[in-house]
Amino acid sequence: MGDAQRGAGSRPPAPGRDPGLQPERTRLAWRRTTLSCTVVALLAGRRLLRSTAPFAVDVALAALVALLWLTFVAVSHRRVRAMATGRPPDLPAWIALLLAGCTVTLAVFGAAIVVS
Amino acid sequence: MILRDGLRSVGAAVRLWWAPARVREEGSTPDYRFSLANERTFLAWLRTGLALVGGGFAVDQFLPRLSGTLRLTCTVVLLVAGALCALRAVNHWVRCELAMRRGEDLPLSRFPSVLALGVGVLAAVLVVLVVLGRTG
Repeated sequence: MGDAQRGAGSRPPAPGRDPGLQPERTRLAWRRTTLSCTVVALLAGRRLLRSTAPFAVDVALAALVALLWLTFVAVSHRRVRAMATGRPPDLPAWIALLLAGCTVTLAVFGAAIVVS
Repeated sequence: MILRDGLRSVGAAVRLWWAPARVREEGSTPDYRFSLANERTFLAWLRTGLALVGGGFAVDQFLPRLSGTLRLTCTVVLLVAGALCALRAVNHWVRCELAMRRGEDLPLSRFPSVLALGVGVLAAVLVVLVVLGRTG
């Protein structure tokens, strides 16, 4: 945050703003991550379209995928909003665990569908 | 001996995941920008995991000419690797946060090398299989 880190001749950043744009970079990293999750959820949904299981089972599985995706996006959005503050608080551990849990569940879901 | 130590450290790591408050009790709070960098590293690993899971789905859906067993094996290997990657992302994030708070060196790991080799081998195998599948 010191003056030494600011480029010579550049305007001083607004108070409380990191000249390295760390919150912005982190916010974009969250956006990329939700995008990755969206691709995986779409692939999972596409797999369900070819499923030979009973209709009710497919609907339940599709609902599960939708729920996982919604959880992922909602939790990420919460963190993205936190990035809008000048000094974001630390990432809460439950968010990290929940996102990893969503990813693992998607993997288990895929394995279950493929094996069955 | 090595196995027992390994199991113990895995147990300690998992306990730490569930007790994040204990991380805060250690050492001093690092510059928030370092914590954000650690968070981005966590997200990058999480995306790697998601990409592997997506790759598993892709192998299953887009290689219909591959024999059933091979396709199943590749798919499951990719899905398991993706799940491991996601769990490892959390573990590494907690360990880095702890190391920063204590002022220690960041943890080293063989995981990136192992993952890179595994992905490389799997990619090579898939290329061979696809080429053989198209010509055979």
